[in-house]
Amino acid sequence: MKTDELINVLGANVEPVNSGHLRNALLAALAVGAAAAFCLRLAMYGVPADPFSGKDIGLKVAGLAFALSLVVVGGRFLIKSARPGEAGRGPLIVIGLLLFAIFSAGAIALAFASPAAWRGMVFGPQWAACFFCIPMFAALPFVSLVWALRRAAPTRLALTGAVIGLVAGALGAAVCAYHYPSSSIPFLVLWYGGPVVLCAVIGAMLGPRLLRW
Amino acid sequence: MSLRSDEPELRSLMLAGLDGDASAHKSLLAKLVPSLRAYFKGQLARIGRGAADAEDLVQETLIALHTRRHTYDRSQLLTPWVYAIARYRLVDYLRRTKAFNAHAPIEEAAEVFADDDQAAVDSTLDLKKLMAKLAPKTRKAIQLVKLDGLTVSEAATQSGMSESAVKVSVHRGLRALSLLVRQRRPS
Repeated sequence: MKTDELINVLGANVEPVNSGHLRNALLAALAVGAAAAFCLRLAMYGVPADPFSGKDIGLKVAGLAFALSLVVVGGRFLIKSARPGEAGRGPLIVIGLLLFAIFSAGAIALAFASPAAWRGMVFGPQWAACFFCIPMFAALPFVSLVWALRRAAPTRLALTGAVIGLVAGALGAAVCAYHYPSSSIPFLVLWYGGPVVLCAVIGAMLGPRLLRW
Repeated sequence: MSLRSDEPELRSLMLAGLDGDASAHKSLLAKLVPSLRAYFKGQLARIGRGAADAEDLVQETLIALHTRRHTYDRSQLLTPWVYAIARYRLVDYLRRTKAFNAHAPIEEAAEVFADDDQAAVDSTLDLKKLMAKLAPKTRKAIQLVKLDGLTVSEAATQSGMSESAVKVSVHRGLRALSLLVRQRRPS
């Protein structure tokens, strides 16, 4: 086929494009994924009697705030990376700083505690539940975000996949943090931060396959 | 002509096209072709591929520029967006055709986007064959709106579909075609 013929085909009856559509579709996918993860959590374990009470409330709020800040920064990156071209390094630097901050906070908390207490701090209540639940709940927002980005045009697929995994993992962590108590900072870092990073690694591996266009 | 100096003109064509101006959209695509062709020829020559491959890539890129035009941010420059799509199509093409050499640097657009006014070479893309693989409803919609040039409402009347069904079918059809275009290798 001649290129001129193709141009005639593509240029016939062009529909107007809504400029806010791409951004709205991504935000909707984020909201749907988060709501789905939250509802799945409620369906599996019911409504917690009083999620914001008890002595570890500070840690719980810190964990939730950390997860949600990852979602916000990662979401900003995804909106940019949905468009071909440079996505900008700003959000990636912020993500790196956030992760560095939380992992160093965990290390510092361990350093100030006596080695005898480490075991109790790290293997707090239900550590395994957090470790397995976060990737499980992350699967739902992961699917919705991949679905939305497949309709866009990301050009750096592994990086975009990694950030999708990170955002989905952080949403999974937020949903889990809402239900589970965290007994110590190292516990929070290891069993919440660890699975989130794992989700990002899985996302980076799946990205080039799932996001191709 | 170089893409960079034509940026204001190309961008205004793109903006008009996004608002539904078909002739502006068509003229934008036509104006991009020489630069795209020069870019792909230059890149392919470095790995020993010929002009028909470059023409395939030009056409794949045109389809991508069209089906992904909602990803253009109206507040940004157009040229980097076009270049990013062209570069993505090239990398994808090389990977797909197993000729990808990870060490071959892909040069910056500014250096390689030169003009190429050579008469069009036929690509290996055969629209009729590809169309045959689409679902009947989708094929009908593409045929009426994109090939016969009917308006959406005329196509809706003639095919008995609703206007929104026609729009959705055309949209879906172009996406399916761009997938088929990429799967038809190797020539």
